[in-house]
Amino acid sequence: MSWYLSLPLILPFATAVIAFLLRDRAIGAWVSVAGSALGLVAAGVLMALVLDQGIVAGQMGNWPAPFGITLVADLLSAVMVLITAITALAVAIYALSDVDMRHGRLGYHALFQILIAGVTGAFLTGDLFNMYVWFEVMLIASFGLLIINGGKEQIDAGVKYVALNLISTILFLTGIGLLYGLTGTLNFADLALKVEEVENQALLTVISMMFMVAFGVKAAAFPVFFWLPAAYHTPSFSVSAVFAGLLTKVGVYALMRVFTLVFDHDIGYTHTILLWVACFTMVTGVLGAAAQSDFRKILSFHIISQIGYMILGLAIYTPLALVGAVFYLVHHIIVKANLFLIAGISQRLTGGSDVYKIGGLYKSSPFLAALFLIPAFSLAGFPPLSGFWAKYIIVKASLDQGLWIVAFLALAVGLMTIYSMTKIWAEAFWKPHPDGIEPKLSTLPGRSALLIPVIFLAVLTMVIGLMPDPFVTFAERAAEQLLDSTAYITTVLGEDAMPAALPDTGDVPATENPEVEQ
Amino acid sequence: MEPLLSILIGVLVAASVYLMLARNLMRFLFGLILLSNAANLAIFASGRMTAGGPPLVPDGFDTPVGTVANALPQALVLTAIVIGFGLFAFALILAVRAYRSLGTLNTDEMRVAEPKEQG
Repeated sequence: MSWYLSLPLILPFATAVIAFLLRDRAIGAWVSVAGSALGLVAAGVLMALVLDQGIVAGQMGNWPAPFGITLVADLLSAVMVLITAITALAVAIYALSDVDMRHGRLGYHALFQILIAGVTGAFLTGDLFNMYVWFEVMLIASFGLLIINGGKEQIDAGVKYVALNLISTILFLTGIGLLYGLTGTLNFADLALKVEEVENQALLTVISMMFMVAFGVKAAAFPVFFWLPAAYHTPSFSVSAVFAGLLTKVGVYALMRVFTLVFDHDIGYTHTILLWVACFTMVTGVLGAAAQSDFRKILSFHIISQIGYMILGLAIYTPLALVGAVFYLVHHIIVKANLFLIAGISQRLTGGSDVYKIGGLYKSSPFLAALFLIPAFSLAGFPPLSGFWAKYIIVKASLDQGLWIVAFLALAVGLMTIYSMTKIWAEAFWKPHPDGIEPKLSTLPGRSALLIPVIFLAVLTMVIGLMPDPFVTFAERAAEQLLDSTAYITTVLGEDAMPAALPDTGDVPATENPEVEQ
Repeated sequence: MEPLLSILIGVLVAASVYLMLARNLMRFLFGLILLSNAANLAIFASGRMTAGGPPLVPDGFDTPVGTVANALPQALVLTAIVIGFGLFAFALILAVRAYRSLGTLNTDEMRVAEPKEQG
């Protein structure tokens, strides 16, 4: 039984149930922390197993693939599950102090755990329709978390967030329907084989565009990112940290999975579009950030510009570029979640989130200032922090392909990122507070729960930055698996699934019961 | 049967796009539910129509006999309907809350969470 694959899913669901039953008591928040810690252990076990054995797959309910639901963990999935668990634990600890009893009673901790389950499920599934279901689990939990405070701002942001995400979901669903009509299967590994037999390749490209738009909305890519900066600055800080860290990355992961495994039939067309999308995403995101003054709104626009780098790695589609994309994905989750957590501490200390109306953090809380500098400079790509290596690999990959303008844009966007980061630094940290408040970290109530996750994530950023070798080697192996899907397909469907000439199953999708063909 | 369904899906999508372009949040939501129904029908149609062949296994057999309808898209549609229903219920409640706390359903006027316009 493939318990190691289902455990990272079962744990958050079980924690959600217990946290919901205990929502009236303060212990509910601790249940969430304990559950997240166990989840981290489960994710670590899965990671060790995948490192040791290569890709692992499990058929849920023992229905053989491609008929049942398959859970698959290759290196990319495993590292995403692991980083999700790390973020979940950090945010759960932060929530001990950030989320009050009122939100706890409304079921904050249960919703949070369900969100983590949804994200993990989307990373682990090997079936397109199952991925849709996990997207929905994640979406409904995020709706709840976004509006749990019930204020005017949250409702206002919720309307935009819900509306645009539902459209993307429906597009995703339509794409699934049409792809099923064309190939007769929804299992990723089986799809990878069946799409090659499809006669009407043009129709396949049309369907791939539906997936690109649907996942593009989730990933907040240009030109469909508007829901993100409209929503991410309104909920509580722990919620926006987990949103910023994980939700858009699920969209990027889905793009990477689908456009390496399934839709690699017309790379010249699909990946050129992705290249344009990536460039516009980088530039519009960073320009949007330059115009903002709210701490979290600046960071929200930076999510968009950083998403551009990841899509760029996928779009260039060389082994090195994919290494960069995987590395970037992992680095960005840690850094971005951390910056939002720091924004939360800053709001508590200074009483505001508009950087022009706060200040004095450097003088009275130099420790927090140092903690801010690590992820901020990592985001901008300063050596020796993790963002430097991520950007370096992406830029090198684009130069190797002779994409001079793209490389220039990537570097220019990095420079613009420094501009926004220095804006936050100069306004919130350096100048004295306009109201004369001295925001002292040492008098903040509940500060250890707030600071431990921030320090933990900052140390992680430093470790990746100072010792990038094992991480790059890992990303290389993950990218190899993405580019060569043979191992993925044989693990899911069995050794004999990859014959030179495919068996004659016919291209009419199952007007008979599929069991007959078995 | 398939061409007819395709035309119906097209009409549904056209109507839903028209509704979703409205400023009023309720009209947008009605457009959304039409669109989700169109998506469900598209899945249903992509499984191909088989009239009069229920996918049942007769007594004493392990597999159905003869040509039967494809049961998988129906299972998918059922799942999608349930999920869509839940999400739509949430969106409706959200619209009610939005009207109560913001005092409007006009999406152009929903700017509470946005920066103040200057000038």
